[in-house]
Amino acid sequence: MIPLPPPKPEILARRDAIIAALRTLVPGEGVIGDETRLKPYETDGLSAYRQPPLAVVLPTTTEQVAAVMRYCHGNGIRVVPRGAGTSLSGGALPLADAVVIGLMRMNRILEIDFDDRLAVVEAGVTNLGITKAVEHEGFFYAPDPSSQLACMIGGNVNMNSGGAHCLKYGVTANNLLGLKLVTPEGEIVEVGGDHLDTAGYDWLGLMTGSEGMLGIVTEVTVRILRGPEGARAMLAAFKGTEIAGAAVDAIIGSGIIPVALEFMDKPCIHACEAFAHAGYPLDAEAMLIIEVEGSVAEQDFLLARIKEICARFDPISLKVATSAEESMAIWKGRKGAFGAVGRISPDYLCMDGTIPTGELPFVLKRIGEMSTQYGLQVANVFHAGDGNLHPLIMFDANNPASFRAAEDFGADILKLCVEVGGCLTGEHGVGVEKRDLMHVQFQPHELAQQRAIKTAFDPAWLLNPHKVFPLEALPQ
Amino acid sequence: MNAPDTEAGIVDAVLAAREPLAIEGNGSKRGLLRPVQAAETLSTRNLSGITLYKPTEMVLSARAGTPLPEIEATLAERGQMLAPEPPDTHALFGVRQPATIGGIVATNLSGPRRINAGSIRDHLLGIRFVNGRGEVVRSGGRVLKNVTGLDLCKLLAGSHGTLGVLTEITMKVLPATEATATLKVAVPDIATGIRALSAGLTSPYGITGAALLPMGPTALLRLEDFAESVTYRAARLREDLARFGEVSMVEAPESRLLWRSIRDADPINGGPDHAIWRLSIRPSAAPALVAALQEAFAARLLLDWGGGLVWVAGPATEEAHQAVLAATIAARGSYTLFRAPEPLRAAVAVIPPEAPALAAIAARVKAALDPAGLFNPGRMRAGQ
Ligand SMILES: Cc1cc2nc3c(=O)[nH]c(=O)nc-3n(C[C@H](O)[C@H](O)[C@H](O)COP(=O)(O)OP(=O)(O)OC[C@H]3O[C@@H](n4cnc5c(N)ncnc54)[C@H](O)[C@@H]3O)c2cc1C
Ligand SMILES: Cc1cc2nc3c(=O)[nH]c(=O)nc-3n(C[C@H](O)[C@H](O)[C@H](O)COP(=O)(O)OP(=O)(O)OC[C@H]3O[C@@H](n4cnc5c(N)ncnc54)[C@H](O)[C@@H]3O)c2cc1C
Repeated sequence: MIPLPPPKPEILARRDAIIAALRTLVPGEGVIGDETRLKPYETDGLSAYRQPPLAVVLPTTTEQVAAVMRYCHGNGIRVVPRGAGTSLSGGALPLADAVVIGLMRMNRILEIDFDDRLAVVEAGVTNLGITKAVEHEGFFYAPDPSSQLACMIGGNVNMNSGGAHCLKYGVTANNLLGLKLVTPEGEIVEVGGDHLDTAGYDWLGLMTGSEGMLGIVTEVTVRILRGPEGARAMLAAFKGTEIAGAAVDAIIGSGIIPVALEFMDKPCIHACEAFAHAGYPLDAEAMLIIEVEGSVAEQDFLLARIKEICARFDPISLKVATSAEESMAIWKGRKGAFGAVGRISPDYLCMDGTIPTGELPFVLKRIGEMSTQYGLQVANVFHAGDGNLHPLIMFDANNPASFRAAEDFGADILKLCVEVGGCLTGEHGVGVEKRDLMHVQFQPHELAQQRAIKTAFDPAWLLNPHKVFPLEALPQ
Repeated sequence: MNAPDTEAGIVDAVLAAREPLAIEGNGSKRGLLRPVQAAETLSTRNLSGITLYKPTEMVLSARAGTPLPEIEATLAERGQMLAPEPPDTHALFGVRQPATIGGIVATNLSGPRRINAGSIRDHLLGIRFVNGRGEVVRSGGRVLKNVTGLDLCKLLAGSHGTLGVLTEITMKVLPATEATATLKVAVPDIATGIRALSAGLTSPYGITGAALLPMGPTALLRLEDFAESVTYRAARLREDLARFGEVSMVEAPESRLLWRSIRDADPINGGPDHAIWRLSIRPSAAPALVAALQEAFAARLLLDWGGGLVWVAGPATEEAHQAVLAATIAARGSYTLFRAPEPLRAAVAVIPPEAPALAAIAARVKAALDPAGLFNPGRMRAGQ
């Protein structure tokens, strides 16, 4: 288990006074202090870790957020920002002496401008909520994490979330124009704007993926894009992971960037097929789902090219969808992958390393060996175009030894990712989960440099202080 | 000038420095922003060479001083490109040397394709740099998706050498497009031109360039893709755009030359005594901004990025600068005094001032990376 910093006794002792003070800043139902109502905030998508906070505040305006931040800053109280709490790395995990600022009540869409191709939304608007608000005009917000129904744009900004279509459209960082935020000292500032490039230091870029450590985001200006005329998927199954990897290389090498390029290994194919009956080939060692966009004629042309490339790699099966329904059937299994694994094993850890795509066969082989060694099953889904690997490690939560083994197995996979030239996290963030592995990827002086930048924003280390960086350097 | 040919040499130079250093690549953009007051120059021009290129992984690494043309030629051999299309500004600045990849990242300069493919910083995967303590720091890496720790790549990109000396750059590279064509729309006025560009950019046809030449005025929309797609989309767009004015088609290679000149801002380059500003605004604010500038002085203008990027050339005077500033503030945009004789650059704010709360953070971030204030003092803002 990953340790949390000890709570400050003087803060715990002042709990009632703090809650009373917060109630004057955020009136009505905006402050939660009683134990049962704090319970839903004790964890996030990394549910093995739980810690109820001191209190939860649910502001409805940027000014209220600023008032709470000024109060907490003035009184040395730690703060944990929270969106929907779907973080898989424990990014929204509270501390016993911290106030959680939840952004879910800030859920208004403030502006939509199709000609300028932007939308201004509050931090608590869900990812899918943005697309829903613009799709009647054929537009969409591009980054599409699988959690898009629930996760909020403020959380997406702070995790720099990706999705299945980021090979073509980029991750959150590539789809933002500006932010309104409250600094750790309680000042309201705007960074970026409603235009493309802002002269001066790129605060927008630095804030993106900063995991709630540099400020509280209250408003986000996103780019919205006109959708393609249509999209269609194909499925290609191969006799070996190496062969499938070579096919991916050949597709990219031919100059085609599919809008999605997903890879599943044998255990994952089996789990998904049992769950979704999508018609996946059970004798395949590896399977690709490839999606292209454009008019029907363009789709035909691109899929024919890709099919021709895949045919050179001795495929077990090649299935090109001829309709939207067939595309959906192909995606059905992949989209339900987490749920499918959940049926085999109710408890699993979803890992998130990135590797150079050429290392895939080696990495999968090593993961297979580790699986035997730890005695835990693993299924792999992989955003093959960009090297983002999601091994799902299955364990038994009722058995502490099984959970410990799963954590160790996961850490070994991430170390392997770094060893082959990749990184600890491609889209889920470091949070608490990977905090103590940061030294695997960074030298001490490199971590010190990053921490110094955190200090520049938050001199007292009050904002999400227990995330991302190993605890030993946490100022007391 | 000190121009070491190894990263260790850069580290030594930083450790030995007692006075501020001017940081440069080839000095092709020395005329950019505010003049730096520094006794010595530290250049990365000899830190040259491509260190990693994996076409199928869409990644290329090069030492910071590698000339951009060398990188572009290497990519072209494998049918790839730097998608943001960085400008070649040597005509604009009247210098011979090509830009270096370090200089391009340090200035975060992107060309016409930025509207569709993103900016230089969007394609920056990893950096190595030497901070003011003489430490070599890495951020990002060589993989396409990476959210491990704070993203110092974004912070260093566009920081104009004020936060660290970049020694190695890793970029995402993309397949070069097979075919291209440009649709030219003869529009009656700027506002109609912007609407024509918006119509293209809100179509499903993946426009990769959307510029407006005020002479005419002419709206230009570029398509790039496989030949079949370009043919099909050009036909559809022609119909859609006809309501804005007469549409004609420019085929490759004329289209390529046209976009090269837009990329490099050739149409506004009127000679070294003129000042050049580069403004970033919301496209719908462009017509009012253009009108205000044309009223203020004899402005030469070029609009790119669907109207979101405005190049302005005019007299190198404080009055003209104030007019640009006022028009940009009215448009809620951002500006850079891109080129000007030194007295003007030293006298005015070459980029917009920051709100006090951000300026305080900026000063602390600068101190966190360069505690002794060695790198490019005063380059971006007086005292920054
Ligand atoms: C089933 C499932 C599938 C997922 N699929 C994907 C996927 O495909 N791609 C992907 O990238 N991620 C995925 N995730 C992870 C998660 O959904 C993302 O990280 C998401 O962006 C988190 O958003 P949230 O609103 O839930 O934020 P939270 O979990 O509440 O918070 C995330 C982090 O951001 C901070 N934060 C939140 N809001 C703010 C704010 N307004 N200001 C400052 N800091 C803030 C928090 O402190 C925390 O550090 C998945 C998660 C689940 C459970
Ligand atoms: C505001 C502005 C003004 C410009 N003015 C000019 C101009 O006068 N002339 C011109 O030719 N182009 C100019 N350009 C274009 C642009 O600077 C160049 O195309 C390109 O960046 C030049 O590369 P270089 O290697 O020659 O850079 P240089 O001119 O040597 O440096 C450009 C900037 O990047 C920094 N830099 C360079 N290398 C590194 C490094 N390794 N690490 C850290 N920082 C580094 C420098 O300190 C400087 O601030 C300008 C661009 C902008 C945004």
